[in-house]
Amino acid sequence: MSTIPNTAPTARASATPVVTSEARAFAWIFGAAIVALALYYFIGVDQGAFSVFGSDTHIHEFVHDSRHFLGFPCH
Amino acid sequence: MERALILRGALAGAVGGLLAFVFARIFAEPQISAAINYESGRDAAQDALDKAAGQAVPAMGPDIFSRTVQANVGIGVGMVFFGVAMGLLFAVTYTICLGRVGGVRARTLALLVAGGGLLSMYVVPFLKYPANPPAIGHEDTIRSRSVLYLTMTLAAVLLLIGAVLLGRWLQARLGTWNAALAAGAAYVVAVGIVMALLPSFGELAANVHTFGRHATETPLPLKDAQGRIVYPGFPADTLATFRIYSLLAQVILWGAIGLVFAPMAERVLTPPSAPEPARRDTAPASLR
Ligand SMILES: [Zn+2]
Repeated sequence: MSTIPNTAPTARASATPVVTSEARAFAWIFGAAIVALALYYFIGVDQGAFSVFGSDTHIHEFVHDSRHFLGFPCH
Repeated sequence: MERALILRGALAGAVGGLLAFVFARIFAEPQISAAINYESGRDAAQDALDKAAGQAVPAMGPDIFSRTVQANVGIGVGMVFFGVAMGLLFAVTYTICLGRVGGVRARTLALLVAGGGLLSMYVVPFLKYPANPPAIGHEDTIRSRSVLYLTMTLAAVLLLIGAVLLGRWLQARLGTWNAALAAGAAYVVAVGIVMALLPSFGELAANVHTFGRHATETPLPLKDAQGRIVYPGFPADTLATFRIYSLLAQVILWGAIGLVFAPMAERVLTPPSAPEPARRDTAPASLR
């Protein structure tokens, strides 16, 4: 009852299939997570507390209003 | 299949970010303008005080982007890309959860994951370190504040994952309802402990040293040498309104991610070899 068999999507109509068992799935999941965290960093954090481009503040100034509105510390 | 899900997650995130941008452009920008006007007035008052006291007044550097750019293109790009980032994290979580969370429909799982994202990526950190409009916050504490905010967010996410695992483990002996309640209570307690351990922004050493002990960095009234208030503290209504709108924008963002993704995921996950022609005959769609 508590577990779902690791089989094809047709196993049970109401339940959802496992799709992460392959290496290719892992590559997509890992890649997506990296891209997401990079976006999160550049919009929310970069050129505030830390900066990967040194003393430049173009990204910070450009997304400034959204950084505040999305809840990140900014000024 | 995972590729299809992740690309649809990014699309749902972009839609959510776009809606949140429209909301921000209409509702947040007036509050941001009010906060910047407050700051300008306060700076002018501070300069007048400094000049009267015979101190040098620092010159302001030029803006890299005009306010018009920041308030239109800038906030739009920021909100949409943030939406894409959240859509990707959502899709990653969704794909990992598929088939591992019991008999949950593909569509329902989308709303559950979106709710978890809203809760752990925004609401819980917001309760400890709420969003501030421009003109609040001290330049010299930006690093500590960012580290604290990210720590709170990471803790909220990891503890939520832990709570879900705990709920799955308890389900066998307590049943779904009681296991969910117990895991939820454990999450509240664990998050509360983290919140109690982390300092408030006003308690940072640099702030206590300069301004004394306060809960936040929200600007206090500006006083002259005789202790008379020459400029008021930050307007409370601007602050409260900005925060409520910030919260609503996240509800819009995550709501859109869940609702846009849900039907797309169901289409991806329904095998083409097993169409559902009898659906309309057997039960109304709302019951499925
Ligand atoms: Zn700012």
